[in-house]
Amino acid sequence: MTMGPMGAMRAMHGAAVPGLMSRDPRGTLRRLLARLRPERVKVLLALFLGVASVGFMVMGPKILGNATNVLFNGIVGKQLSPGMTKEQAIELLKAHGQGQIASMISGMNITPGVGVNINELGRVLGLAALVYLFGAAFSYLQGFTMAGVTQRVMSGLRRDIEEKLSRLPLRYFDSHPHGDVLSRVTNDIDNLTTTLQQGLSQLITSVLTIAGVMGMMLWISPLLAVVSVVTIPLALVVTLLIAKRSQVQFAAQWDQTGTLNGLVEETHTGHQLVQVFGRSRATIDEFSRQNTRLYEASFRAQFLSGVIQPSMQFIANINYVAIAVLGGYRVASGVLSLGAVQAFIQYSRQFTMPITQIASQMNMLQSGIASAERVFEFLDAEEEPPELPSALYAGPQASGAGSVRLENVRFRYEPDKPLIEDFNLDVAPGQTVAIVGPTGAGKTTIVNLLVRFYEIDAGRILLNGIDYRDLTRDEVRSAFGMVLQDTWMFAGSIRDNIGYGRPEASDAEIVAAAKAAYVDSFVRTLPDGYATVLDEEASNLSSGQKQLLTIARAFLANQSILILDEATSNVDTRTEVLIQQAMARLREGRTSFVIAHRLSTIRNADTIIVMDAGHIVEQGDHHELLGHRGLYYSLYNSQFIEAANNGNHRAGS
Amino acid sequence: MLTRLLRAYLRPYGGQIVILASLLVAQTLGNLYLPNLNADIINNGVIKGNLHYILSTGEFMLLLTLLVSICAVVAVYWASRVAMGAGADIRRDVFTRVQTFSARDMNHFGTASLITRNTNDIQQIQLFLQMALTMMVIAPIMCVGGIVLAVSEGPTLSTLLLVAVPVMALFIGVVMVKVVPQFRSMQIKIDRINQVLREQITGVRVIRAFVRNESEASRFEGANADLTGTALRVNRIFALALPVMMVILNLSSVAVVWFGGRLVSEGSMPIGNLTAFLSYILQILMAVMMAVMVAILLPRAAASAERVEQVLETAPVVTDVSSPTNPTERTGLVRFENVSFSYPGSERPVLADLTFSLEPGQTSAIIGGTGSGKTTLLNLIPRFFDATTGQVVVNNVDVRIQEQEFLWSSIGFVPQAAYLFSGTVASNLRLGRPEATDAALWQALEVAQAHDFVAAMPGGLDAPIDQGGTNVSGGQRQRLSIARALVKQPSVYLFDDCFSALDAATDARLRGALKAGTRGASVIIVAQRVSTIMNADRIIVLDDGRIVGMGTHGELLTSCGPYREIVVSQLGEDAAA
Repeated sequence: MTMGPMGAMRAMHGAAVPGLMSRDPRGTLRRLLARLRPERVKVLLALFLGVASVGFMVMGPKILGNATNVLFNGIVGKQLSPGMTKEQAIELLKAHGQGQIASMISGMNITPGVGVNINELGRVLGLAALVYLFGAAFSYLQGFTMAGVTQRVMSGLRRDIEEKLSRLPLRYFDSHPHGDVLSRVTNDIDNLTTTLQQGLSQLITSVLTIAGVMGMMLWISPLLAVVSVVTIPLALVVTLLIAKRSQVQFAAQWDQTGTLNGLVEETHTGHQLVQVFGRSRATIDEFSRQNTRLYEASFRAQFLSGVIQPSMQFIANINYVAIAVLGGYRVASGVLSLGAVQAFIQYSRQFTMPITQIASQMNMLQSGIASAERVFEFLDAEEEPPELPSALYAGPQASGAGSVRLENVRFRYEPDKPLIEDFNLDVAPGQTVAIVGPTGAGKTTIVNLLVRFYEIDAGRILLNGIDYRDLTRDEVRSAFGMVLQDTWMFAGSIRDNIGYGRPEASDAEIVAAAKAAYVDSFVRTLPDGYATVLDEEASNLSSGQKQLLTIARAFLANQSILILDEATSNVDTRTEVLIQQAMARLREGRTSFVIAHRLSTIRNADTIIVMDAGHIVEQGDHHELLGHRGLYYSLYNSQFIEAANNGNHRAGS
Repeated sequence: MLTRLLRAYLRPYGGQIVILASLLVAQTLGNLYLPNLNADIINNGVIKGNLHYILSTGEFMLLLTLLVSICAVVAVYWASRVAMGAGADIRRDVFTRVQTFSARDMNHFGTASLITRNTNDIQQIQLFLQMALTMMVIAPIMCVGGIVLAVSEGPTLSTLLLVAVPVMALFIGVVMVKVVPQFRSMQIKIDRINQVLREQITGVRVIRAFVRNESEASRFEGANADLTGTALRVNRIFALALPVMMVILNLSSVAVVWFGGRLVSEGSMPIGNLTAFLSYILQILMAVMMAVMVAILLPRAAASAERVEQVLETAPVVTDVSSPTNPTERTGLVRFENVSFSYPGSERPVLADLTFSLEPGQTSAIIGGTGSGKTTLLNLIPRFFDATTGQVVVNNVDVRIQEQEFLWSSIGFVPQAAYLFSGTVASNLRLGRPEATDAALWQALEVAQAHDFVAAMPGGLDAPIDQGGTNVSGGQRQRLSIARALVKQPSVYLFDDCFSALDAATDARLRGALKAGTRGASVIIVAQRVSTIMNADRIIVLDDGRIVGMGTHGELLTSCGPYREIVVSQLGEDAAA
C-alpha cells in the first residue's frame, strides 16, 4: 500500500509557490497594472526618473572614453616632432612607410609635440564623475518612488483581500478547503509582493538600459553597434530556449515539493497511527522515493537555469572579442578613436547584464502572475447579497423579547437537492427548542439559517416580529449568543478571548462569566491567570478547557437568544452537571436552541425538532413525539431504555 | 549552527566539491586573464597597428572564452548536484528522525512546526547552499586575483584599491547592520498578518456570530500598516544601496583614469594597461557585491539550520533496549503494576500508583472527568510515553524491554481524533495488515457499522479518501478508524473515546457487534458516555489520576459515589435506581 496518490488538489495548496501555468496571463497582467492607476503620477515620475538615470549612466563610459582619447592623443602627439602641423606629420609618416599609423593619426585630434593635456583630462573626468553622480541620484529617487508605489499597491491589495473575507458568504468557506484559501491570501500575496518589489523597478531599468546603451553604441560606431546588435537576438534565443526547458523543470519541482509537503504533513499529523500500525518503514521508503524525485526535478531546474548565466557570459565574451578585434582594426585605420573602443567594450558589458536580468525577471514575473491570478480569482468570488439599509430595528436589547418565527422556510445547499422544505416553527420568548437527530442529519443547517450564515431560498424568518430581510446580518447576529461546536480561540490573552463578544466588559464581568462557566478556578492556576496568552491553536489548553472558555464567552455576551451546538460534548461529565445548572439559569427568560446527543437534556424542551438526512422529520414535544413512535421514539429508546434496563438489571442482581 | 550542519552534510560530497572548486578556480582565472589579453591587443596591436596580432590574440581570446564557459556550465552542474543532494539528505534524515519520535518529542516541537522544519526550512538552506557553493569560491578568487593582477599591472595605481575597497566594505557593512534587523522584523510582521488572516478564515463563524467584523478589520489594518511601514523602510534602504555601490564603482573608474592618466602621460605605464586596470577594479568590486548577496541570505539560512539541527539532535525519549525480549505468546494480557506518571518538571503526577490487570477476552472501560488521566493511561500501553515508576506489562513482558515494533504489532489503536490518510477506503483499512482480503475488510466494516455507507460510496472500497479524511463526516471517519483497527486483528484493542461523534443508536449497534468482532482480544475503551461503557466486563473509574472505583456497572452504582454521579448526570435518576 502506498500512502496514497497525492493528487492535484494537494499540490494546489501544498506548494509554497504556485505553479507556472496561468490561464489568462495577459488579462491578469492588465488587471495588475490597473491597480497601479491611482499611482499613475508616481509611476510616470518614476519612469521619468528612470529615463534620466539611465541617460546619465549610459553617458558615463562615453565620457570616460573621451578621457582615454585625451590621453592617447597626448601620447601619440608627444612622439611627433614639435612645430609640425598634423598634416605634415601624417605626410612624414607615410613617407616613412608607416601608412597605418598615419591613417590612425588622421582620425585623431592631436597637436604634434604636445603631451597629455592634464587640464583637459581633469575637465573630462570631472564631467564623468558628475554624470555618474547624477545618474545615481536619479536612480535612488526612482527606487525611492517605486518602493512607495509597490508598498501602497500591495497594502491596498491586502486590505481588499481582508474586506473580501468579511463579505464572502459562509458557503464559500464551507465549499473551499481552508488550506487553499489561506494559501491564496498568504503565500500568493507574499509571492506577488516579492515580484512587484524586485521585478517591476528592475524590469523598467533593464529595458531602459538596453535602449540607452543601444543608442550610445549607434552614436559611437554604427558598425560596432551592428556587431553587438547581432548578439542580442542570439542572447534572447538562447535565454528563451533554456528558460522554456527550465520552467518545465521548475513547475515539476514545485509540484513535487507540494507532493512531498503533503506526505510530510500527513505522516507527521498521523504520527502515532503510523507507528502503531507498523508503517514507519514503508512510509520512510515512500518518502525516499518522493524525495529522490524532488531531488531530480530540482537539480534539473537549478542546473538548467544556472546554464543561462554562463551562456550569456559566453555570448558577451564573443561580443567582447569581436569588438576588440574589429575595434582594433578601426582604430588602426583611423576611423575610430581608442577611447571609443574602450567605451564600446564597457557598453557591451552593460548590455548583456540587463538581458540576463530580464531573463530572471521574466521567470519571476511569470510566477508572480500565476499568484496574481489566484488572488484575483479569490477577489472575484461571489459575495453575500447586499442588505437593506438598516433603520427599522432598534436592537435586540431594546425590544428585549427574543421571539423567533420561521414561516414556510425553504433552503437547499444545492439548488437541485431538496433539503428544508416548507418549515414552520414558532418560538416564544424564553422557550427552549431542542434539535436532535443521528450523525450528519444536518442539525447545523438550522443554526446556519437562524444566525443568517446562509440566506433562505423562500419563506421568511422573523426576529421579534421583524423579517430578517429588513434587518442587517449584524443586527440579526447581535441577538444571538452562541456556543459553537468548534472551540475557536484567537491568539491573545484568556481575558480577551472571554471578552470577545463584549470588548468593553470590565475585569469583574470577565471573572463573573468565567465563574459561571466554572473556568475561573482553572484560569487562576495558570501562572499569568487571565493574562495568559493563548497561541493560535490554543494548544496550551485541553479541549474541555477550551469548551469552558467558549461557554464563558457566551455568558458574557449575554444575548436574548442562545444557540448551544453540542456545546458540552468534550467536557467531563461532572463539570457538565455544573454547566447544565448554570445553563438552566442562563436560559431563564431567554430563548434557546440546543443541539445535543444527550436525550436527558432534551426531555424538558418546549419543542423538539428531529432531523434525519438533512430533513426535518418530526416536530413536537417529548410526549407527542414518543406517541408518534417515529425516529425520536427509536432514538430515545436506543439510549435511555437500554440504560435504564441495564441499570435496573445490574442493580437488582 | 549552519556551518556545523553544512560540514556534516557536505562531507559525502567532498569529491564533487573538489571538482567544483577547481572548475570555479579555472573559470575565475580565465575571466581574470581576459582583460590582460585585451590590454595586449591595445598595446601591441592597436597602437602599433599590428592587425595580425589583433586577429591571433582575438582567436586565443575566443578559445579561452569557450573554455571558461564550459568550466562554468560543468561547475553549475556539480553545484546543483551537491546543493540539491545535500538538501535531499537533510530532508530524509529529518523525516527519518521524526519517525522515531515518541509522543513527548512530537509535543515538544508541535506537528505544525515539524512540518515546516522538514520542508520550508530545508528549502532555505538548499537555496543558500546553491548560491554559496558557487559564489563563495568565485568571489574570493576574483577579489584576490583581481588585486594581484591589478598590482602587477600598475603597482602605483593599485593604492587606489586601498581606498575603494574599504569604502565599499564600510558602506555594505552599514547597510547590513541597518537592513538585517529590519528584515527580521519584516518577517515577523508578515507572519503576524498571515496569522490574523488565518484566524479570520478558521474563526469565520465566531467572528460573524459575535458581530466582530469591524474590530477584526481594524486589527488587520494595524498589522497591515505596520508591515507596509517596515517594508517601505527596507525597500528604501535597498533603493539607496544599489546606486551608492554603483557610484563607488564608477568613481573608482574615474579615479583610475585620472591617476592612471598621469602615469601614462609620464610614460611609466602603457595605455593599454589602463583599460585592463579598469576591468580589474570592476571585477574586484563585483566580487564584493557577490559576497554581499550571499551574506543577505545567510541570516535566514542560519535560522533555518538552527531549527533543523534541533530536530536532528533530539534523541527520542522512548527507545528500544539493546537486547529486547519479545513475548513468546500474544495472549492480550495487559497489567499495570504500581504505575505512576508525571510530566517532567511537574510536581503533580497525572497518574498515581495504578495497579490492575485486563484479561484477554474481556472488555474494560476507563471513565473519568477531563484531566483525570484517561488518555494518558491508554498512551502508556503502546509506549507513547513511559511510566515514571512501576511497570506496564503487555503479553506478560514489560513494554520497555520489548521491541517497539513488536509491541505495536500487538495493538489496535483508535485515537480520539479519527485521522485517515489520503488514498482509498481500502488503503486506509489495510494500514496495519497490507495483505488483508477484501472480504476481511467488508467484515470489519460490518462490525464498525460502516458497511452501508462504504457500499454506497462511489467505488466502494476504492472510493477516494482525502488527507485527514475530510471528505467523510466525523462519524464516518470514526467508524472507518475503528474498522482499520479491526482489520489488523491485534491482541489488544485501545479505543480512545472514539465513539463521541456517533449517535446513540449507531453507538449501541457498534458495541454489540464489537463484542463478537474482537473475540479473544483485550479491549480497552476510554469514554465520556456511560451508555458506551456500561456493558463492559470491568469499569475503572479515574479521578485526578487515581482509581476511585473498579467493577461492573451494577457494582459501581452501589459502591462508587463518583460513578453514580456520572450516571445520574447523563441518564437521569431513574437509571441509577
